[in-house]
Formats: sequence, C-alpha cells, structure tokens
Amino acid sequence: MSDQETGKSGSRIGPFHIITGLILLFGAFLTVYRFTQGLGPMTNLNNEYPWGLWISFDLLCGVALAAGGFVTTAACYIFGLKKYHIAVRPAVLTAMLGYLLVVIALTYDVGRPWRLPYPFLVQSGTTSVLFEVALCVMIYLLTLIAEYSQVAFEWMRMSVARSLVMKSILFLTVLGVILSTMHQSSLGALYLIAPSKMHPLWYSAYIPVYFFVSAIVAGLSMVIVEMSLARRFLRHKMDEAHERGYDDVVLGFGKAAAFVLAGYVSLKLLGLAVDNDWSYLMTGFGALFLVELLGFFALPAYIFAIGARERRTGLIKWAAGWSVLGIVLNRINVSLVAYNWKLTVGEHYFPGWMEFGLTIFIVTLGLVLYRYCATRMPVLHEHPEYTDTH
Amino acid sequence: MQDSFHTLYDFLLHSESTAYITMGLVLIFLLCFWLFLIQRDED
Repeated sequence: MSDQETGKSGSRIGPFHIITGLILLFGAFLTVYRFTQGLGPMTNLNNEYPWGLWISFDLLCGVALAAGGFVTTAACYIFGLKKYHIAVRPAVLTAMLGYLLVVIALTYDVGRPWRLPYPFLVQSGTTSVLFEVALCVMIYLLTLIAEYSQVAFEWMRMSVARSLVMKSILFLTVLGVILSTMHQSSLGALYLIAPSKMHPLWYSAYIPVYFFVSAIVAGLSMVIVEMSLARRFLRHKMDEAHERGYDDVVLGFGKAAAFVLAGYVSLKLLGLAVDNDWSYLMTGFGALFLVELLGFFALPAYIFAIGARERRTGLIKWAAGWSVLGIVLNRINVSLVAYNWKLTVGEHYFPGWMEFGLTIFIVTLGLVLYRYCATRMPVLHEHPEYTDTH
Repeated sequence: MQDSFHTLYDFLLHSESTAYITMGLVLIFLLCFWLFLIQRDED
C-alpha cells in the first residue's frame, strides 16, 4: 500500500525535524518565561504601543493570510467552480491552523489571558468593534473546525459523522463567508478610533473596506503559495487529480488575484482623493506608501495578469509570494509604522528579540501542524474509501 | 495641488471633484485591465 492509503508519513528524522524541534524547544522556554515573568520583561510594549509585533504579525497578518479558507470554499460551493475543489481541503486546513495560531498568539499577548472569555460571559460591551472581532473569530474558528472535521472523520473512517458534515457544508460555507466579511473588515475598523495617531496616508474612513479587499488578495495568494509549497515538498502525498488540477487552481486564482489587486489599488487611490492626501506623497512616509502601493500591490497585479494571460504558472507563483509580502508590509505599516507617527524616533516601538522568537515559534508550530495533518490525513489526495464528490 | 482651503465648502468641492474624476478614471482603467486579462481566454 502507498503512503496515501496507509496515511503514514513514512519519513525519517531529517533537517526539518531537527530545526523545527529546536525552535519548538526554544518556544517552550519562551512560553514558560512569558507566563512566569509577564509581558514587561519579555516585550518592548509600553503605554504608547500596547499592541506590538504579536498583534501586527501574528494576529493581523495571520487572520488576513488565513482568508484562503472562505475564498476557496465560496468559489467551490457557492459559485460552483468545482475545478477548484482540490484546493478546498488544503485551504481550509491552512485557515483553521491560521486561526488556531491567532488564538494561541493572543493568549501570549493579552495581559490576563484567563479573561479571554470575558467579552462573552461578563462584560456588556456589545457595541465594541473588538467584541465583534472576538465573537466572529471564535465562531469562525469553530466553523473551520467543523468544515475540516470531514477530513478527520474520513481519516478515522467515521462515515456517519462525515456524512452529517457533508450535508451541512453549504451552510458552513455561507456562515464562513459572512463571518469572514465581518471580522476581516472589523480588524481595519479597530483603527478608526485613532485618527490622530495614524498617518493620514494609512488612515481612512474606508480602512475596513481596504482590510477586507486586501484579505481576499491574501487568501487567493496564500492558496497559490501553499499549494505550490505542498507540491514541492509533499508531492508524494498528492494524487493524480491534485497534480492535474494544480495548474487550473494557480491560473484561476492568479487571474482573480490580478483583478482584485487592481480593484484594491483603485480603492486606495480613491481614498487619497476623498481625503485630499496627495501632498503627503512627497514626504518620507509618502515614499513608503508608494513602495507599498505600487511595489507590493500594483506590480503583483500586473505580474498576475501577465501570468494568467500567457498561462505562465511560474510568474503567478512569484506574484503570489510577492503579494503575501505586500499584505504583511501593509498590516505592519498600519499597526506599527504609521501608528504614533508623530512620536520622536527614540519613542518608537521596536520588538524585542523574545517577541521575534515567539513569532518564529508560532509560525513553526503552524508548519509542523500542517505537515502532520497533510501527511496523515486525506488533504492532498482522496481517501480511497470516500471517492464520491464532496 | 491646492495647499490651503479657507472654508469647508472649498475643501469638499475640491476633494469631491477630485474623487469623482478619479472614480471615472478608475472605472475606465478597471474595464481596460479586465479586457487585458481575458483577452487570450478564447485562444
């Protein structure tokens, strides 16, 4: 029997295991340090910057890059684009792990993590944007777990449970799209409260729209990046259908990403016009804004378009990686660089080495969990006993 | 680019005029970009 049929990884200890093992060990040390010594000794956070790298990268980037789940399921189950079906399971797995790691990262970042359930159980601040984000992220994580459970049930050969999930897949997809639309935009809406703290080039009344549209780009790009990486490193786990459909996914998602990116750049230009921020473009922050907008959004849009027109998957893969970097740059600019921009250089926040260490630990944890699931469960191939359409 | 405005009306007139012109240009750009994107689909 092949690896796919047995569901075993069949791999020996290699450089991947050693490097990730060391990082996880180091992460365990940082975890003990964080929960015994508190945030003060571990981070460079202060009253001006209560949100640092863990919110900027682990949460804002994590949520945006996990948008592939709702984008792919909507394309397949709502719009009926069945040729993208092979991308659904890897995308849902990535999204589920992404949101899981966001919640894990949040427990490190929140001063008193045992109070995380308080928004639902104790306080009555239901008009808060943060409450809406918390509620949506919680329900969406549960939705993703439910969507992914069909894979786990196949793996465990629990046919009845799998069949129940299959019957509710359209409901789960619609719920996922609604919740994602709400919280992806609300993450941007969190910054609406700070017009005096944010640089005018990044502050806009339309920031929730920017966050939502850029999250769609992030989702499309991440599916391309993640499927390309899986094809490179886990090819032995892919069946023929996944191999055959790979080009369709890359070309289709590349074309969609090109158009959505063009729309995003257009919306940003409209934002500049509405707020009359043109004069700021001639400053240092303006240069950074143009690098972000033209270099990391307009350029990938053009490369995506060329790749989709000429059916060059290699170009699309590069553009996808580039736009993922663009999303990361945008979220860091919004939450750290353009935030408190009037402070002097010495007053600006820069993450401590342990903050970087914990972020690397969280990303590595995600990689290890993805590899664990993808090598054992029917993610990149059909389960031989459940070959019916799903 | 106009640097200073004496009244709110001046500011709104200027920024909304620019926004409407940008909107028109954006719509033309997006249409052209879409045609560029799908041009070779039938091949």
